[in-house]
Amino acid sequence: MAEAPEGRPERLKIFLGYASGVGKSFRMFDEARRRHERGQDVVVGAVQPNRSPEIEEILTHLAVIPPQIIDGVPVVDVEAILRRRPRVCIIDGLAYDNPPVSRHPYRWQDAQELVDRGITIIASVNLQYIEEERETVEAITGKHVTQTVPKAFLYGADEIVVVDVPPDSVAGRVAEAGGSPERLALRLSALRELALLLTADIVDRQLETYLEARGMDQLWGAHERILVCVTPRTNAARMIAAARRSAERFHGELHAAYVEQPELSPRDRQALEDNLAAARDAGAKIAMLDAEDFVGAIVEYARSQRITQILIGHSLRHSWWDRLRGGPVDRLIRAAEGMDLCVFPH
Amino acid sequence: MPEPTSNRRGRLKVYLGYAAGVGKTYQMLADAQELARSGADVVIGYFESHGRTDTILRSQGLEIVPRRQIEYRGAIFEEMDVDAILRREPRVCLVDELAHTNVPGSGREKRWEDVLALLEHGIDVFTTVNIQHVESLNDQVWHLTGIRVRETVPDWVIKEAAEVVMVDATPQALINRLLRGAVYAPEKARRALENFFKEPTLVALREMALRETAHEVEVRHVTPAIFNEPDGAAAPAAEAAAASTERILVYLTVDASTPLLIRRARRIADYVEAECFAVAVYREGELARTPPERRAETERLLNFARNLHIETRTLEGADVASTLVEFARLQQITQIFLSRPRYGPWRWFLARDLVHRIVRKASDMQTVIVADRGPAQAG
Repeated sequence: MAEAPEGRPERLKIFLGYASGVGKSFRMFDEARRRHERGQDVVVGAVQPNRSPEIEEILTHLAVIPPQIIDGVPVVDVEAILRRRPRVCIIDGLAYDNPPVSRHPYRWQDAQELVDRGITIIASVNLQYIEEERETVEAITGKHVTQTVPKAFLYGADEIVVVDVPPDSVAGRVAEAGGSPERLALRLSALRELALLLTADIVDRQLETYLEARGMDQLWGAHERILVCVTPRTNAARMIAAARRSAERFHGELHAAYVEQPELSPRDRQALEDNLAAARDAGAKIAMLDAEDFVGAIVEYARSQRITQILIGHSLRHSWWDRLRGGPVDRLIRAAEGMDLCVFPH
Repeated sequence: MPEPTSNRRGRLKVYLGYAAGVGKTYQMLADAQELARSGADVVIGYFESHGRTDTILRSQGLEIVPRRQIEYRGAIFEEMDVDAILRREPRVCLVDELAHTNVPGSGREKRWEDVLALLEHGIDVFTTVNIQHVESLNDQVWHLTGIRVRETVPDWVIKEAAEVVMVDATPQALINRLLRGAVYAPEKARRALENFFKEPTLVALREMALRETAHEVEVRHVTPAIFNEPDGAAAPAAEAAAASTERILVYLTVDASTPLLIRRARRIADYVEAECFAVAVYREGELARTPPERRAETERLLNFARNLHIETRTLEGADVASTLVEFARLQQITQIFLSRPRYGPWRWFLARDLVHRIVRKASDMQTVIVADRGPAQAG
């Protein structure tokens, strides 16, 4: 359903599927066909074995540049494609290791070279072949794959399309067989969620690039970013655990910030180290802020990171001055405009 | 109206998109055609072609239940004819644009209420909706687009769906489609490109739709082991991890920011799987002195909360902060949600402010001060 670039030029477009059989190759070749019909010079640089009749039909209309066969392995013929200089080249299946004597060790590097040389690449890949997702996917499917594509390659794509279909409409076709239909459905749902979230992360990266390019700061979207204010106080561990749970439920980001305080007692110093270690274990990005003004430092950091929720511990100690003017929590409530503030119990 | 023909409740399938023109209706019709080919009894209850040729082509061959005509203020409007569909008793009914508001005199106010009626009668429904119509995202959408979407669907209606499918297209592809005139007529397309269809806005909406679909798809309370245990092992549901014990209480006041507060609390409650309550609090004797308009306004907000499946209460007490916090303790609330106070330049005396007093009193639970986020300065 995607179209030719008429505005900004696009160089790399990826169709992501959550399992084999969801139809990502068909979606990709269908787009190739439409581009061809609109007069774009489209060639096919790689196809997968076991093609559906629909894809076979589309292939009869497109120019195919046959792969080189090295040690019995098909390798994208980068040289031949560069000589041919098409506008668009289709690579079905990115996760292939090339044999040792090839131009590049991995097929995604072949694709990268073609992109770098000005050819638009449209490629497809399944979730299970993303290096950083491999372990999680394996835990779900019980299947081990050896050939992968790094996530960074996907982050470099100008366009990513997730091919989303409900599990029950593909259950008959998918390769993830084994087990009862219920278990298969459960597995497929879990994979589907991962694919959607991965796409959301890539799209979020695109959004950030836009915002930076336009000098826009906050945009309140669907991505939660949670910041925990760490102090030497003892209950920070509970607060960090709660923040971590929240970040997990929202599939959001977790940050922890500490504003340097002078003259910590050895005991406080130790408590602080423990709390920072707990935050690190929870997967938080840690910031050590050196500033006189606690409230100002937290708010400034939160804005720079597009934080949506700040967690701070309730403070029980109030000086007479705090009673009049409000303590740090009161002042943070006042200063944290545009963000939610959660005051955590002592 | 005919009685339900069976005890079976219909299944709801939602095609979720992030903007007009991504291909929701097209995808729904394509799936319906495939179902019809396999022999299922499929009818179109309501569909909007927007004059798009490929969409019209996709609808051909499917039976359309004629719309019902309703006269309102001297004009004729057409709405879906629920009674006619119920008499026809199809297996599957296609209903475009779930967030639509019916013209007065149609029986039910909202199309999603019509859809619930079809489901109750055992009819499966395929429907389309865009992310900006999801109630709990209304403020984010306003923030991103500057547009306050009036036609919304409560989140729980979408949660009723047995299936949510994300219909995706890249923003660039969508903009190209708009430029080619494939979505709207030229004048409308031009206006759309200047407002809603700016690329960063579309990217942000797309991310929202992806995350929303992922949330609906999520397999909760299972450990990875469940996916690979031999069949016949304990059912996944029985293996549920400890359910959430969070309970959220919204302190509701008559204020422009209150709907935002309610939506935000509802959204967080859904994600952390918390029970959600909302209360309005009057000082002793205040209720009797409150002007009827203000009471009606409170009632309207309580009703808004109830529509989002939030339990509500009205309390009276000598001191508002104490009454609220005592109620929270009694109800074993873990998080109180409050609107961020508005500060004038003279308000340096923070500690006396009601919100700050509640925060102090509720030192044994979390208090969440929700920001009042206005539209972004979109560039």
